[in-house]
Amino acid sequence: MMEEQKRIDIKPDELPAKVSEMHSSGYRLVQIDCSGTGAIEINYSFDKGYSFVNLKLTIPSVDTEVPSVSAIYRNAFLYENEMNDLFGVKVKNISIDYKGNFYRTTVKRPFNPEAQS
Amino acid sequence: MTKRTIIPFGPQHPVLPEPIHLDLVLEDETVVEAIPSIGFIHRGLEKLVEKKDFLDFVYVAERICGICSFIHGMTYCIAIEEIMKIKIPERAEYLRVVWSELSRMHSHLLWLGLMADSLGFESLFMHSWRMREKILDIIEDTTGGRVIFGSAKIGGVRKDIDDATLKAIVKNLKSYRKELKEITDVFIKDPSVMHRLVGVGTLKKEDAYELGVVGPVLRASGWQSDTRKLGYAAYKNINFEPVTEKAGDSYARCSVRIKELFQSIDIIDQAVSKIPAGPIEIKVTGTPDGEFFARTEQPRGEVIYHAKAYGTRFLQRLRVRTPTFANIPGLLKMLPGSNLADVPVLVLTIDPCISCTER
Repeated sequence: MMEEQKRIDIKPDELPAKVSEMHSSGYRLVQIDCSGTGAIEINYSFDKGYSFVNLKLTIPSVDTEVPSVSAIYRNAFLYENEMNDLFGVKVKNISIDYKGNFYRTTVKRPFNPEAQS
Repeated sequence: MTKRTIIPFGPQHPVLPEPIHLDLVLEDETVVEAIPSIGFIHRGLEKLVEKKDFLDFVYVAERICGICSFIHGMTYCIAIEEIMKIKIPERAEYLRVVWSELSRMHSHLLWLGLMADSLGFESLFMHSWRMREKILDIIEDTTGGRVIFGSAKIGGVRKDIDDATLKAIVKNLKSYRKELKEITDVFIKDPSVMHRLVGVGTLKKEDAYELGVVGPVLRASGWQSDTRKLGYAAYKNINFEPVTEKAGDSYARCSVRIKELFQSIDIIDQAVSKIPAGPIEIKVTGTPDGEFFARTEQPRGEVIYHAKAYGTRFLQRLRVRTPTFANIPGLLKMLPGSNLADVPVLVLTIDPCISCTER
């Protein structure tokens, strides 16, 4: 095994508090990504001194609003706009919200066909 | 209040090899804000994992970027190998280090050339790329390719390099040191180059960390962070310390890359002296079931491959977070306060690879 990767499951209402906790513990946000077509899994990944921690948030569908963490980690706005443009995940209060125009794709929400309708 | 003007920069610009767009808000000639736009060439390569056999996808991963192609392919392989708990032969691990460092060298030399070109220093640009050609020749001799190596595979590597060739590579690289020093000294010591780099686009240490920047941009701001220290491939057996600078300006970012050029020669030297004899690949059977976040150090910084599979020949999801994507917030922090004329140079100092970013 290359490295230990700690994974923690969280609920949507726990997200801001858990991310704030990571921030105050000195972790840097290394990425946020999405997967799934029905239920959506969102991974918030952090690193501190080569120690990798991943917060996994599962939402029932793209209609469930997710709070933005861009007020806690300023670089989160890029990832949150990407989630919206590729998967259709609705992220509330992004610091810089491109409103679906971050990626110029001919097919809207290309990574989540269920979100296109 | 000074009148504000918005100037569109890119996606087509003489210094930009690839398309990124910035809306620059100016007061006179000073940038006060920059708003980025990407997505001009989004290819959706990640989506192809749903249709390509997981063994074949290495070809696609290598084509995400034309500069760090090998490291992309290798990182994808590491993600799958970790999910499938495959231990690759030790010789393959060392060969992965050799090709990774050759990739780093040709990428940094490419960047030095582009930087010289952006300063209008054409002879320095040509000398930097002349040296890069020598590295590309080594890559071509050992893989058959100059851009796409095609040598990474799940379970090891596709091609071996015999010991005599490995020793000749080290001998050649060491003989390039003098020429490399002559060229890189111009970046470090020439007043006209220093004038454009020193004190320009400073990213403070705390901002660099807070904004999640990676690679030479992070290390130039004083953070000793290099994903190679995780010990993937044979890096666990290589002695090296991340190159750092403290100033966080364009000059520091340039210095880090120059020092890493020479460090790569040392790493290849160590790898060649330690590489054991033996097989270069193992047979892979079965299908991946699980997920893993593979992290490696590209020339531009940490890349992350998140692979997720459910026991079929097709992955459910592959997400690639590239270093340029992570460095965009840092760029937005560097730009305010800078002169409009310095914007092209500043954009180049993060060594943007939009091809990777748009994957």
